[in-house]
Amino acid sequence: MVATCPTATGVWGWLAKIADPEIPVLSITDLGIVRDVQVNEDEVTITITPTYSGCPAMDAIAEEIRRSAKEHGIEHLHLVTELSPPWTTDWMSDAARQRLRDYGIAPPASSLVQIEAAKPACPRCGSVETRLVSRFGSTPCKAHYQCLSCLEPFDAFKRH
Amino acid sequence: MAAPLVEYLLRLGDNCLILSQRLSEWCGHGPVLEEDIALTNIALDLLGHARFWLSYAGEVEGAGRDEDKLAFLRDAGEFRNVLLVEQPNGDYAMTTARQFYFDTWHFHLLSALQQSTDSRIAAIAQKALKEVTYHLERSTDWIMRLGDGTEESHRRMQHAVDDLWMYTGELFEMDDIDAEMLRRGVGADLEALRPKWTEHLQKTFAKATLEVPPGKWMQRGGKRGVHTEKLGYLLAEMQFLQRAYPGAQW
Repeated sequence: MVATCPTATGVWGWLAKIADPEIPVLSITDLGIVRDVQVNEDEVTITITPTYSGCPAMDAIAEEIRRSAKEHGIEHLHLVTELSPPWTTDWMSDAARQRLRDYGIAPPASSLVQIEAAKPACPRCGSVETRLVSRFGSTPCKAHYQCLSCLEPFDAFKRH
Repeated sequence: MAAPLVEYLLRLGDNCLILSQRLSEWCGHGPVLEEDIALTNIALDLLGHARFWLSYAGEVEGAGRDEDKLAFLRDAGEFRNVLLVEQPNGDYAMTTARQFYFDTWHFHLLSALQQSTDSRIAAIAQKALKEVTYHLERSTDWIMRLGDGTEESHRRMQHAVDDLWMYTGELFEMDDIDAEMLRRGVGADLEALRPKWTEHLQKTFAKATLEVPPGKWMQRGGKRGVHTEKLGYLLAEMQFLQRAYPGAQW
């Protein structure tokens, strides 16, 4: 195999295929975990940021990036973690929000439409008559709700 | 004594680490499933913060101690957490009171540290504050729910806030290290946090029908490594594996 120098676009391309280990319908680029890619000849620097400070998925994600980099012939990878600016769900695209909804998780409210106090709509029936069951759900990034119309319990991605 | 910055970072990190360990003790024992999940999630956030602070402390110290070595290989006298966070879980009112006192302080401390001249401290504070804001909302809710709940929950909640009151004075105590960090623009003015802390506490207690404890006498020493006997038991459990099997990994 002839070694070719990696390109930033190429790296972004395969990073976009790495799924979040807890929410596999989202990739790590959908979540905004990958902040930057720099390529200098055969050296690749990938900057990532944690979602929640203690999220155990971050170790699995870093491991997957290393594995994937090797698979794509990258010998010299620098994986850098940056905390600033702190991760926010505002970085999540509309397409990603729709995929979350289809998967059964209410997507986070967007700061663009000021609906801070509004409750998430039920991902099953769309009703906005929902109630908070617990501020914490199955992962750090989710809260637990129940729909008062169809009675479905569901996870909602917290706005962060 | 280590460099002031190392001491300061150990204080920040140890508060998070020890409270995280305490909250983890609830795992599988919460009164309801949702609370079990909430407490362990908060423990996880705090563990994440502890890792940020202790990694940085280890780097500044430059003696080859990473976050793991600092967490698992120091003895009680080398821990710099405030006495409040090492207090046992007790009943749910006790855990709630401890969390509320700490969250309110932690929230204002991190708000102040966002302006630190040390960019790494500012970045960690900014990151952690987003999570701690959520912690504070939750513990404030529980103070009101238990305080203004049944006769039994009110009695227990009042007892808990009274019992832990003597550990709150240390939160605002400025010693030489705090003063030096403040002078350099790195640290926060802890005395300036007290009015904000008191205001939130008075407002919340009023809604919760709880009395603000009148006691003036305060326990102190944790920041200098003088701890209650309870810390040793906590460390024995937390550090057992690394002590029995040095360097063990999985």
